[in-house]
Amino acid sequence: MLNRISQIGHSLKLPGLSFLMAFTITGIIIALSDSKVMGKIGSPIEFLKSAGSSVGNAYLALFQGSIYDTRLAESGFFEGFYPFFETLVTATPLILTGLSVALAFKSGLFNIGAQGQFIFGAIGASYVGFRFDLPVGIHILAAVIAGMFLAAIWGGIVGFLKAKTGAHEVILTIMMNYIAAYFILWILKTPTFLRKGRLDPLAPEVKESARLPLLAGSEFRIHAGIFIALAAALFVWWLLTKTTIGYKFRAVGANSKAARTAGISVPFVITATMMICGALAGLGGAVHVLGSEYALNAGIAGSLGFDAITVALLGRAQPLGTVFAALLFGALHTGGRMMQSNTGVPLDIVVVTQGLIVLFIAAPVFVRYIFRLKKLNVASALTSKGWNG
Amino acid sequence: MSLELRGITKTFGSFTANDSINLKVETGQIHAILGENGAGKSTLMNIVYGLLKADSGEILIDGKSVDISGPSDALSVGIGMVHQHFMLVPVFSVAENIMLGHEKFNKFRVLDLDEARKAIRAISEDFGLQVDPDAIVETLPVGIQQKVEIIKALIHEAKVLILDEPTAVLTPQETDELLNTMRDLKNKGTSIIFITHKLREVRAVADQITIIRRGKVVASVAPEASEGELASMMVGRAVDLAPEKYAHEMGSAILEVKNLTVRDALGTAVVKSVNFHVNAGEVLAVAGVQGNGQSELARALINLEEHIEGSVLLDGREIRGSSIKDSLHAGIAFIPESRELDGVIGSFSIAENLILDLHDRAPYSKGINISAKVMQEEADKRVAEFDIRAQSIMDSVSTLSGGNKQKVVIARELSRPIKVLVASQPTRGLDVGSIEFVHERILSERDAGRGVVLFSTELDEVIALADRIAVMYRGEILDIVDSKVTREELGLLMAGISSSKASA
Repeated sequence: MLNRISQIGHSLKLPGLSFLMAFTITGIIIALSDSKVMGKIGSPIEFLKSAGSSVGNAYLALFQGSIYDTRLAESGFFEGFYPFFETLVTATPLILTGLSVALAFKSGLFNIGAQGQFIFGAIGASYVGFRFDLPVGIHILAAVIAGMFLAAIWGGIVGFLKAKTGAHEVILTIMMNYIAAYFILWILKTPTFLRKGRLDPLAPEVKESARLPLLAGSEFRIHAGIFIALAAALFVWWLLTKTTIGYKFRAVGANSKAARTAGISVPFVITATMMICGALAGLGGAVHVLGSEYALNAGIAGSLGFDAITVALLGRAQPLGTVFAALLFGALHTGGRMMQSNTGVPLDIVVVTQGLIVLFIAAPVFVRYIFRLKKLNVASALTSKGWNG
Repeated sequence: MSLELRGITKTFGSFTANDSINLKVETGQIHAILGENGAGKSTLMNIVYGLLKADSGEILIDGKSVDISGPSDALSVGIGMVHQHFMLVPVFSVAENIMLGHEKFNKFRVLDLDEARKAIRAISEDFGLQVDPDAIVETLPVGIQQKVEIIKALIHEAKVLILDEPTAVLTPQETDELLNTMRDLKNKGTSIIFITHKLREVRAVADQITIIRRGKVVASVAPEASEGELASMMVGRAVDLAPEKYAHEMGSAILEVKNLTVRDALGTAVVKSVNFHVNAGEVLAVAGVQGNGQSELARALINLEEHIEGSVLLDGREIRGSSIKDSLHAGIAFIPESRELDGVIGSFSIAENLILDLHDRAPYSKGINISAKVMQEEADKRVAEFDIRAQSIMDSVSTLSGGNKQKVVIARELSRPIKVLVASQPTRGLDVGSIEFVHERILSERDAGRGVVLFSTELDEVIALADRIAVMYRGEILDIVDSKVTREELGLLMAGISSSKASA
């Protein structure tokens, strides 16, 4: 047990230090880009003081915008958690797309296609959500299944093509993303999806019976999707560690040649993995539509499918790690908005922070060098193959 | 020139790779260094060649202490090394390879290949190493490429030549030629350090044999010592070099291969219409120089190859065209050529590796749930039965030694009900103790009435284990001979000369 804890400690050290360095550098950028701070460059003490307050205020706003805001707490302790609930809402679809990418990593595949899979999940859920009248529980279930089904097929096509022809999944998923992005633009202009009396690409809202229940009343946007996302993480963990399918996935991911020699069907693993990955990202799309957006629109996916790659990398392709990484990104996104409105530090700085975190995670040698760490004895979770894989 | 090592010690963390090693190579002496994999031979030679720095100890040349902190230092004091894996640019000519790093230009600032050619010819004549300076290296046989490496060392006036496992890649004839070359070099005054684990060669050519075990010099003996004595000093206990093979009744054909052709991705036949059969209770060895289609033939038997034509009958049932899984479960155990690449999953635990083929069957799984309990119980049994040395069955296989990795593969493959064992280079890179174990296992499968197809490039192994020997040359089985064949006859067959031609 102790051994296990120290192992977890080890595996957290690198992301933790990357995190610290990213925030340090972001702080420097915030200070240097602040004209008030730079105006005091002549006097070192004043300069440092001013830089400290500038960065401090920015990070305070980031915290207040993402975790707990004491000013909101004036109307009640619970209300202070509004930003935290917003963080959860933002993180929910990101957890699911992140799991999609993470699971693919475990099978040795690089799924860049969470974006497209997410879109198809959203389309399927939206259509069933606004088109049919069903009892409350069943309507949600039907909409979710429709979204997951479409996305599983969308991901499965990639798996099938790779298994049959050896085409590289990175190329395939990137191309499939383009198709999905333009498909949603087109479908939103068809009579089936166009909202009555509107000409802009916006689908009707899903019916009340298909919406995910709100968890903290109508004052807050927090909805049951977060539990779905956490259940999905649990599912991925169970699949990978407790089942024959997960065993096959991990075997092919770790050494596909040895797995094949021992009789494991690599084409099956590739196709099955991509279908499940598609279903996970599609669940993300469905939950996003049914939980917070309600109406399908052209920009529904934002960059959720691409942030998912970063999230999965940061989470070292582990289900739990992916959940934490998605929560972190959710917090940065929601907090970033508060930082922009309160202190004038642009929201884009958050993207810089994200980029830096990933940069340091991806360059472990560099971080180890800076902190004089010994080589961590943790097997790399990311075994995606190169171009000839 | 003489080379002396005094008290060389090298540690990696808590592991002592070399423990105060003393060694003296006299002028014009062939000094063999014998030891198992991991005994510290390579570490020691890398120190001599300047690739590693010793923690303590000194290197003396002709009695004078020298400081070697890189290969260029080694070269400048007259130490040359031929690595096991050649350091040649395949698309360059011999002359270009040899001048690489020491390029000379003529007055027009153009590479002066003529001078390199002259130098190569001079060395060729002096030492009897015939090589065409303008031949492209990749078109040359391995034996000649090795000569290029030796010339490369000699051209820098190496007086002490280190040969690291030089015979591993050679045919028996090429090996004999190399041993002759070594004698020639010795007579010209070059000292040679010959690193190997092949006892026969050591006794044939060495003047002095130093045996290293676990980083220490355990003995320094004359070549008159018997192979058995050398082996037991190397391993540290008595070793059974030629496993007991009892004559016994064979059954009928259990594996029949008819007109089997294997093509590579480009459609070229690498195995050409091969026919053979293996009886129950028989070891059929497939011998041949590496790269003559043996690997592909072995893989084709369980349908690992993509393009296979012909027929493979296992106990009368056609298995060609089945899935790999069905071939394995029809009753073939398969020990792949590369255990790291094809045999085990390094990041998986021993227990997980042991069920790679059986994970989705009872009792290991029920529905889609894998039973960790059954997996561990069975793993405990296998670890005991096959003597897999590890601290825990949950250790990842990548932490094991080569021999223990191979035991994991063998334990897995022999835990199914099988009719035929296909073993491809099963002892490559293993230490003597593990080789002994593998040989015993192969023979016990034979004695239990299984058919065994043993693919091996080691002649000693082939002769010791086989009931019949098939020799492959350029994708064809040239001949299938009785195991009482002589090494010379086998060597000729491996070089592509069939007995009918040889006697003519």
